[in-house]
Amino acid sequence: MSDRERLIERMKSIMGPKGVVSDHEQLRTYECDGLMNFRVRPTLVVLPETAEHVQRAVQVCHDEGIPFVARGSGTGLSGGALPHEQGVLIVLARMREILEVDIPNQRVVVEPGVINLKVTQEVAPEGYYFAPDPSSQLVCSIGGNVAENSGGAHCLKYGFTTNHVTALEVVLPNGEMVNLGSKSPDPPGYDLVGAFVGSEGTLGIATKITLRIVRQPETVQTLLAAFPSPDDAGGAVSDIIAAGTVPAAAEIMDSLAIEAAEAAVHPGYPDADAILIVELDGPAAEVEHQFDEVVRICEENNSTEIRIAEDDAQRALFWKGRKAAFAAVGRISPDYFVQDGVIPRTALPEVLRKIKQMSDQHGLRVANVFHAGDGNLHPLVLYNGNVEGEAERAEELAGEILVLCVELGGSITGEHGVGEEKKHYMPKMFSEDDLNTMQLLRCAFDPHALSNPEKVFPTPRLCGEVRPGPRRIHPVEKAGLAQVF
Amino acid sequence: MSVSEVVQVSVEDLKNIVGEEHAREAKESDAVDGVTPSFVVEPGTVEEASAVMKLAHEKGLRVTPRGSGTKIGWGNPPSEVDLVVSTARLNKILEHAAGDLVARVEAGVKLEDLQKELSGANQMLALDPPEASATVGGIVAANASGPRRLRYGTVRDLLIGITVVLPNGTVAKAGGKVVKNVAGYDLGKLFTGSLGTLGLIVETTWRLHPVAAASRTVVVEVESPAAAGATVQSLMHSTLVPTMIEVNRPGSDGGGTVAVLIEGIGPGVMAQAVSALEITRHHGTPRVLEGREVETFWDDALKSPWDGDGVGLKVNALPAELPNVLELVSDAAGRNGVTSRVTGHAATGVTLVGLSGGDEEGQAATVQELRDIVGSGEGSVVVVQGSPELKRKVDAWGPVGDALTLMRRVKGRFDPGGLMNPGRFVGGI
Repeated sequence: MSDRERLIERMKSIMGPKGVVSDHEQLRTYECDGLMNFRVRPTLVVLPETAEHVQRAVQVCHDEGIPFVARGSGTGLSGGALPHEQGVLIVLARMREILEVDIPNQRVVVEPGVINLKVTQEVAPEGYYFAPDPSSQLVCSIGGNVAENSGGAHCLKYGFTTNHVTALEVVLPNGEMVNLGSKSPDPPGYDLVGAFVGSEGTLGIATKITLRIVRQPETVQTLLAAFPSPDDAGGAVSDIIAAGTVPAAAEIMDSLAIEAAEAAVHPGYPDADAILIVELDGPAAEVEHQFDEVVRICEENNSTEIRIAEDDAQRALFWKGRKAAFAAVGRISPDYFVQDGVIPRTALPEVLRKIKQMSDQHGLRVANVFHAGDGNLHPLVLYNGNVEGEAERAEELAGEILVLCVELGGSITGEHGVGEEKKHYMPKMFSEDDLNTMQLLRCAFDPHALSNPEKVFPTPRLCGEVRPGPRRIHPVEKAGLAQVF
Repeated sequence: MSVSEVVQVSVEDLKNIVGEEHAREAKESDAVDGVTPSFVVEPGTVEEASAVMKLAHEKGLRVTPRGSGTKIGWGNPPSEVDLVVSTARLNKILEHAAGDLVARVEAGVKLEDLQKELSGANQMLALDPPEASATVGGIVAANASGPRRLRYGTVRDLLIGITVVLPNGTVAKAGGKVVKNVAGYDLGKLFTGSLGTLGLIVETTWRLHPVAAASRTVVVEVESPAAAGATVQSLMHSTLVPTMIEVNRPGSDGGGTVAVLIEGIGPGVMAQAVSALEITRHHGTPRVLEGREVETFWDDALKSPWDGDGVGLKVNALPAELPNVLELVSDAAGRNGVTSRVTGHAATGVTLVGLSGGDEEGQAATVQELRDIVGSGEGSVVVVQGSPELKRKVDAWGPVGDALTLMRRVKGRFDPGGLMNPGRFVGGI
């Protein structure tokens, strides 16, 4: 019996034959996540149904020194759930139970495979919702949201996943199970929930997640304004925020993104070089007043047309084009890269000008979609993979945009994560000392680098032992592929 | 290590790094919970701070970081302290990007000074811990908060970037100066509330908020803990967006108040205040405060429930448990011959308890009884002020559950020599 066959048998003994996928063709289903230009087939896939299954599977990996990667719905856009070719892919999609709904304390406890939107659907009759709303919320899982610290269109006002998780049950990479944080506020000790959320699967696997839910606002008002340029739309957003209003959302799309959205889902957007969607929510008297102010500011910034959503149906139509924008770009280009840079909001006009220049230099089109309130840009670099060299040029252009964001004081990722895709850009943002310091946290959780290894950080590192004693030389180190830290 | 054993370091070594004026032998007033250090040093730059930490590391000096010292009594008494590293001179506001609602400041900047600077642009850092002279670095290290946390959250929700000096002198940063950023581990959150046990915080970057144009205060007189709880619940589940919901229970008789601060724009706050009256009138007697009584009321309501030499507890429970917590505090205190006074950020579940009178036995027994009940569920009871004698009888933090081993591993990686604030944190860390 080969090592792989033995591993398959052990996993089957833990979660039954239906919980293990080992057929080579079936494994192809799992070879990538939402970032499809990276593909790796894992050794095998396991589908645990309980936290105990997860714990025992991780224990096996730990005992055998086998890397593992956790995956939720596989919608991530940075290759965070890209399998390891010698590793086990642990798919949490079967752990879909909402374990507890506690309205008096505004908490919901879920398993990691629960779909984001399900949480809101569950508590909506009580007047509540779960605030983080990534565009993939119809399918993405809460466990994935925790790993990636997912945001969404409304996080400017309501924060990211990390602001809405109060406790976690986690299987550590050595197979231990621990409870981090608490349902109640300010648990004593280090904020390991804060450290874990957004760690992209490198610190372990969350098997139970306590979420904070938020009261639905009394009123929501949404407008869609057309502008002669993205600069004007960006100016309107800056003026709205300078006036002391924090909108629930402020989204800009440029002409190429509008064209794509029209082709795909026909939202009936006005013909313009830029559109801005602004949503305000809160107490009615306040929102009404602020909404008038927003309309006035849009007009002052040369808006050519303003539409106000009269009802939920029209609001949904405004959002339909925006939420479908990434996929819609497929209608106007055979291939595209999605980027996720962040800049200080006030640098928006400058960054748009420079992206235009870069786009011209490389002879490639760039569609821009952005969360304008928080400076999170999603430039979509369009290319044709069948044209020799174009994919490489597109990748180069996408990388240059990220470097530009860092130079302007921003970040290489606002919500998609570093994952596999952007790990080589980390040194643009962080020094060697910064990255080594982050590695200390990694070493405390995962000294043998088994949990989603080779992601997030540019150079694989091993952890030195804290205690004196004989040190085994890791094969990777021996081969000169990693340095001991 | 006693003072005599640290002979290999002299105050001159420290002066060589920070200059003649900024290093000295420690005085009794520099004591940390009864433990007197040998030296106090005030680095003026991040480079100096790094050099000081490197020296301490090489010589094995135990270090306590200090801002304004407002929370120097937090946590357990340290096992040893050789060197206090003060951030008093790291007091520069480095950047206020008003258009981006972001500020970058050194750790020794006092919150009140920062707020003054930000108010020029009609902005604020939405943190309001009770200690007005606290530094931002100290606020991060202690995870200090105040009543505004209901609307704006706590340090973990507002801190977007951090620079720290590790115990070996390494300078490292995490986060950045944009609100939305998921690149790398969030070390800012790891250092938040770590009470100086992982390293020295030297620089912080914050998300800011606009200052509201108008406000209204609604105060509800309530007759019992149950009525206080019902009032708070009715507000929590309404569509109002209050900045604060504070409970105040001056004595151990049944009565007290639940006060609501509503902020926003003129017409909005009045409408919300009217709704608050309507919502709460089933549970107590509400009214909207007018004119001068607003300030007088809040000055009194936000006063710390403990005196300079009293015992201060922070009870962290689920908000719906408020009536039980209120009953439990007065029962436990009464049984142990201690007087209690209670305020709290009611809708968040944080209750502040001042104990006075009685002896340390009685105080310790009160803490233990609260822990037996609150701590056995989802909550915790932290002693934030108490004599070293009290803290020898009862741990300042209480149990932290099964994550303690992992916390020790984190500590072991960041501070393998155990030099940072030894013994002050949870589980003897």
